[in-house]
Amino acid sequence: MKKLSKLYVSLVLLFLYVPIFVMIVFSFNTTKSRSVLSGFTLEWYAKLFENELILKSLGNTIIIAVCASIISTLLGTLAAIGISRMGKFGKATVLGINNIPIINPEIVTGVSLMLLFVFFKARMSMEFGFTTLLIAHITFDVPYVVLNVMPKFRQMTPHIYEAAQDLGCGPFKSFIKVVLPEIMPGIISGFLMAFTFSLDDFVISYFTSGPTSQTLPITIYSMTRRKVSPEINALSTIIFVVVVIVLVVKNIMERRSLNVKKYADDDSAEIIE
Amino acid sequence: MENVISLNDIVVSFDGETVLNNINLDIKDKEFVTLLGPSGCGKTTTLRIIGGFIQPDSGEVIFENKNITKLPPYRRNVNTVFQKYALFPHLNVFENVAFGLRVRKLPEKEINKAVAEMLELVNLKGFEERNVQNLSGGQQQRVAIARALVNKPKVLLLDEPLGALDLKLRKEMQTELKRIQQSLEITFIYVTHDQEEALTMSDTVVVMKDGSIQQIGRPVDIYNEPQNAFVADFIGESNIIDGIMLKDRLVAICGHEFECVDSGFDEKQPVDVVIRPEDITLTANADEKIHGVVRSVTFKGVHYEMVVDSSDFSWLVHSTKAPEVGSEVGILFGPDDIHIMNKMKG
Ligand SMILES: Nc1ncnc2c1ncn2[C@@H]1O[C@H](COP(=O)(O)OP(=O)(O)OP(=O)(O)O)[C@@H](O)[C@H]1O
Ligand SMILES: [Mg+2]
Repeated sequence: MKKLSKLYVSLVLLFLYVPIFVMIVFSFNTTKSRSVLSGFTLEWYAKLFENELILKSLGNTIIIAVCASIISTLLGTLAAIGISRMGKFGKATVLGINNIPIINPEIVTGVSLMLLFVFFKARMSMEFGFTTLLIAHITFDVPYVVLNVMPKFRQMTPHIYEAAQDLGCGPFKSFIKVVLPEIMPGIISGFLMAFTFSLDDFVISYFTSGPTSQTLPITIYSMTRRKVSPEINALSTIIFVVVVIVLVVKNIMERRSLNVKKYADDDSAEIIE
Repeated sequence: MENVISLNDIVVSFDGETVLNNINLDIKDKEFVTLLGPSGCGKTTTLRIIGGFIQPDSGEVIFENKNITKLPPYRRNVNTVFQKYALFPHLNVFENVAFGLRVRKLPEKEINKAVAEMLELVNLKGFEERNVQNLSGGQQQRVAIARALVNKPKVLLLDEPLGALDLKLRKEMQTELKRIQQSLEITFIYVTHDQEEALTMSDTVVVMKDGSIQQIGRPVDIYNEPQNAFVADFIGESNIIDGIMLKDRLVAICGHEFECVDSGFDEKQPVDVVIRPEDITLTANADEKIHGVVRSVTFKGVHYEMVVDSSDFSWLVHSTKAPEVGSEVGILFGPDDIHIMNKMKG
């Protein structure tokens, strides 16, 4: 039974990772062939860094991802603070609404944002470009931040906000000094999640970016429509590695904050005994 | 002595439900006052009113002759030990205790000195660098007390501070707290639902029920002269029997007349008669006015607890000697042992 389940897990992992593995291998292939391995080269990586279009859209992607994730972390955290103070009914309602953009197909979000921007474009001198793209990214990032921060309020040691006020801090100072450190892990994981989602978003960016603000996924997409160059393999490999690193960092951090909690729980269990 | 805190006609309601109903309470300087009552009677709410965490719907809070009803918690010279300690998990023991002093921007030297003194007082010397999450319940408790006391408040509010501790530790901490209170000469307002704790520690006990104060008094007075059947029963298990006042110093219980020491009731007024289990003597003579059959005998360590069924009441009796289960006994009590109380409303 155990063997069977191990086999099953390996199969699943195989299906998930073989395509990526193949892509990584071929990013080092000397010829443009996608079936014959003929030798090892870093040529495609070198070419990649000479390709101005790619470098420019990489720059765009990073700027957008950084800006969007910072702003949405701020907005999402503030929203979570507000929601955590609501009554039971209000909380359930707002969290429900918060979840809609997450479940909603991206294409719907993308198209509706595009229509909204078209509407404003006609009325004000608003062009599709950095601003529209940024607004769009913030829109789909915020719910993830809220979702990451909310549980921290529930796990928070009760009454510490009041305890800080009891010891002489005003409301704002109390929040900064005792509440913020407690919800920080949630804020950081929310930020990282927003950052990765912004980094690899295609559908929504496709509808909301302008010619001057193309992001990497869109550039890759248009490149594959012309001719498939192994540069794309190289590029995708780099993106994959970056995303894996971000995820690993996030997991390590979560594990760490979990361990502290767990240690404390073990301790109290001992006392009860 | 001067009143430090007075609550005048405090009314609090949540969602249209009255939680505190016209609370009037004067607390003297350096006093150990305990709010005692069953769960949900409004003890925590009363404490939060004094701490400033909730605003009363009406009434006022007076602190040293100043009206502080509208003053936020961080402007009050009052500190709280919270029910679940509420220590700051990201700070170590030293920083938790130093928190209030740092807020007041005291010089580092003074902070070090005050914190060291406080940790000494609560027996936590050497724990400065420890993470508060890895401390035992009793140690966390003492950090919470040190964190509040280091600010030298005029009044310390404690919300069931020993609730989470085991019996032995509880007893130790009770003595400890009393010692601290007396050595620092700070007013303690202490919340508990444990009557024994209230009686052993306090100068004054305030018995509460359903958002109203039932009785305020010294522990001895509360125990010996409970004002109504609820207080009598809550302070210690009691026999509460329906009775009718025939005239001053004469009451009818279970159809028999008994002499008592209470007067000032109306003639024929229905009353609650309270008789403490330890005040009842059992005799082998089954011809007494009230007599019954021993239903059960339980050994309680120091005494036996017995239930004796008479024709219209089950009597709870404490005694160091126990008759056989099933034997016929007489139930005796003297005029001093009979406590007459007005019937409770509702
Ligand atoms: N924030 C609140 N919102 C609504 N109802 C509340 C709130 N706080 C307290 N109550 C209600 O007020 C009543 C008194 O609560 P309180 O916490 O003062 O009781 P307590 O005497 O401290 O009880 P316990 O011994 O269980 O701690 C309870 O019925 C409680 O449900
Ligand atoms: Mg309470």
